[in-house]
Amino acid sequence: MTQQTTGEGAGQPPYSYPDYRSTRLRAPKEPLVILPGALADASGPVYGHGRIGEADDDLTRQHDGEPLGERIIVTGRVLSGDGRPVRNSLVEVWQANAAGRYTHHNDQHPAPLDPNFSGAGRCLTDEEGRYRFVTVKPGAYPWKNHDNAWRPAHIHFSVFGSAFRSRLITQMYFPGDPLFEHDPIFRSVGDPGARRRLISRFDLETTEPEWALGYRFDIVLEGHNKTPFERPHA
Amino acid sequence: MSLEPTPSQTIGPFFHDALLGRDLTELVPPDEPGAVRITGVVYDGAGEPVTDAMVEISHSTPTGFRANPNSPDGGFSGWGRSGTVDGGRFSFVTSKPDPVLTPDGTRQAPHVDVLVFARGLLKPVATRLYFPDEEEANAADPVLASISTPVLRRTLVARNEGGALRFDVRLQGEGQTAFFGFE
Repeated sequence: MTQQTTGEGAGQPPYSYPDYRSTRLRAPKEPLVILPGALADASGPVYGHGRIGEADDDLTRQHDGEPLGERIIVTGRVLSGDGRPVRNSLVEVWQANAAGRYTHHNDQHPAPLDPNFSGAGRCLTDEEGRYRFVTVKPGAYPWKNHDNAWRPAHIHFSVFGSAFRSRLITQMYFPGDPLFEHDPIFRSVGDPGARRRLISRFDLETTEPEWALGYRFDIVLEGHNKTPFERPHA
Repeated sequence: MSLEPTPSQTIGPFFHDALLGRDLTELVPPDEPGAVRITGVVYDGAGEPVTDAMVEISHSTPTGFRANPNSPDGGFSGWGRSGTVDGGRFSFVTSKPDPVLTPDGTRQAPHVDVLVFARGLLKPVATRLYFPDEEEANAADPVLASISTPVLRRTLVARNEGGALRFDVRLQGEGQTAFFGFE
């Protein structure tokens, strides 16, 4: 075990990225302590699945009325680094509404709240590692990071693998967004190939006629899938 | 087959409804014999509490205790999650884990894996909580031993405070917590 200055896996953003202002006081400056895989993965917790409610995977059905916006289906697979499906694993998502506003009380962007949209969802992956959400396409929104700063439309994803280091929170973006080149959070991923892995693709196969556009977003977690996942709790 | 991992992105400031809607802070019932309360504050480089962070803990399953019947998972998962909305403070009730044996026979002192997510962190910081009453096991622990300075090593050992374990996380600056990367 050695201490080194990077410890940053290829394709991952650094801790310190001054263009994203909030990293300045939060990025660790001391070198990381590098853990060998055998020690890092020795303890094997069963990650909390929780119970999934009926409309948890359909963010358009959580209220009495239909949310405003462009209805979309977002689906894909969660895979470990060795290409195996991550089964029965909890996927959590959250996002702004179609006008670019979160329901969170700290979001003061003067765009309308939608009484029929909370923007939070969850589901379990199936035997092939597949997840699926129905939602509306989130809007871009301003933030105070720099002059005229707007976030590209995105959906936050929280995903668990079979090991501590597989834990991932990321953001899914939409193809062709003109804000990519102006967004320091997206640009914090330096490698262009890795950046592309954050962008979903429009998928006609997922699209349903007369109803919703479909987007595919596959998620690959760090490490190998050595530990089979437990069956979900009933 | 080897696939390139999806990059991490910040959790952002607005995750609370989605991730903290259920109470996942009690891994065992608080009245469980041997239950341990863990509290701490996440601080930034200016020494200010971070009130939009999320802390997750996980640890190996100790033997001989019962699961929490009140947990939304209906059992012990070895995993918990707490926000830091309350002045940067997180809090857990769990059971002290056993020492961890790795496949190559290495024995690690009882410890809790800790991940901290926050606005301004493009990826989580990973650390470990060790127990103050395990001096002998801690002294023999290969991970603690690999950390060159005693000051940095001490950031991983919780301290007793009013019957609970206190474990503060300093993201940056003086007294920064030791954080891990993976080989």
